[in-house]
Amino acid sequence: MLQEFADWATYSALGMAQGSQLAAAVNFFVYDSIKVTLMLVVIVFAVGIIRTFVTPQKVKKWLGNKGEGLGNALAALLGVPTPFCSCSAVPLFIGFVESGVPLGITFSFLIASPLINEVAATMLLAMFGWQIAALYIGSGLIVAIIAGIAIGRMGLESEVEEFVYKIKAKALKEREMSWKERVDFGISESKDITLKVLPYILLGIAIGGLIHGYAPADFLASIAGKANPLAVPIAVIIGIPLYSNAAGMVPIVGVLISKGMPIGTALAFMMSVIGLSLPEMIILRKVLKPKLLAVFVLVLFISFVMIGYLFNFLLA
Amino acid sequence: MDIKILGSGCPNCKRLEENAKLAVAELGIKATVSKVTEIEKIMEYGVMGTPALVVDNEVLFSGRVPSAKDLKNLLLACEKAGQK
Repeated sequence: MLQEFADWATYSALGMAQGSQLAAAVNFFVYDSIKVTLMLVVIVFAVGIIRTFVTPQKVKKWLGNKGEGLGNALAALLGVPTPFCSCSAVPLFIGFVESGVPLGITFSFLIASPLINEVAATMLLAMFGWQIAALYIGSGLIVAIIAGIAIGRMGLESEVEEFVYKIKAKALKEREMSWKERVDFGISESKDITLKVLPYILLGIAIGGLIHGYAPADFLASIAGKANPLAVPIAVIIGIPLYSNAAGMVPIVGVLISKGMPIGTALAFMMSVIGLSLPEMIILRKVLKPKLLAVFVLVLFISFVMIGYLFNFLLA
Repeated sequence: MDIKILGSGCPNCKRLEENAKLAVAELGIKATVSKVTEIEKIMEYGVMGTPALVVDNEVLFSGRVPSAKDLKNLLLACEKAGQK
């Protein structure tokens, strides 16, 4: 039905000639934007409801008595629905550490929360199918679990700024929400987040549509293809300082894939853009000494590169 | 009513402060709106997400910026509860 509407909008309403490259680009834009928006409204609503059950206070309690492995896996999973604004990273980190959540488990959560983003997952699902969306969520979880375990095993507790350990946080008593409040919250999240990311999505799809319609196929295969073994680490290095909205990234990454960039390389690039950014590092520097911050960045860099090579190899 | 905005000063915190001042003015309630930016003080309230809003030393919500309309309703409910 959506495709019919997109066809009607392109060929009848706008009167474009079928078969032209411009018409193909416009058709692609109309179809994808409507599909993505509809799915976003529904999925963000559902995640909003889950969010009312998974508050940071509860997560802290659930993680406090878990050991390595299970604790990291649980932390990564709970990081998925939890909203993440980089300015909350500091209180979140202090709250976890102060209440006795091990450092490695805290990092699993801190990594998963921004890296696995419901908007990006929804867009991958809408535009490229469930396999790619599952690949993104699955590899995000693996990175968060393994990087957290690795950091936990290094025994870097002394590399957390001293003041963090001195803070005594008061236990916050949370009021249980009623179902009406949960649904209201879901609706407001759905509305707010969809409206906030929509401009980036439309821009991303428009740029994607242009590349899709005009750039020659295999254009990227020559520079970022399998023949270049350094493509993965270079893509990750380029992605780290980039601070882009996850929503705008997905359509562009999709086009990179269709123009010959291997899926693993594209996934590694996307994860480094979403999961690591300069503003986040600057904020985390408040609680992490330079050495631990460097370890954090390095462990994520290695994880993203490994994910890239792994999927390039598996999906070759 | 004593309203405190907890937050490091990110755009969301500033938006919440503006909304709170606006809500107080529109509701015509007697309230002071102040900011808490030191992380040690913020943590004393036990919040793990910023911005957070504290009314008379009780955390009303944390980690989000409600719409101006919702914020007005929340503050109005606090004001009514305080009068009883």
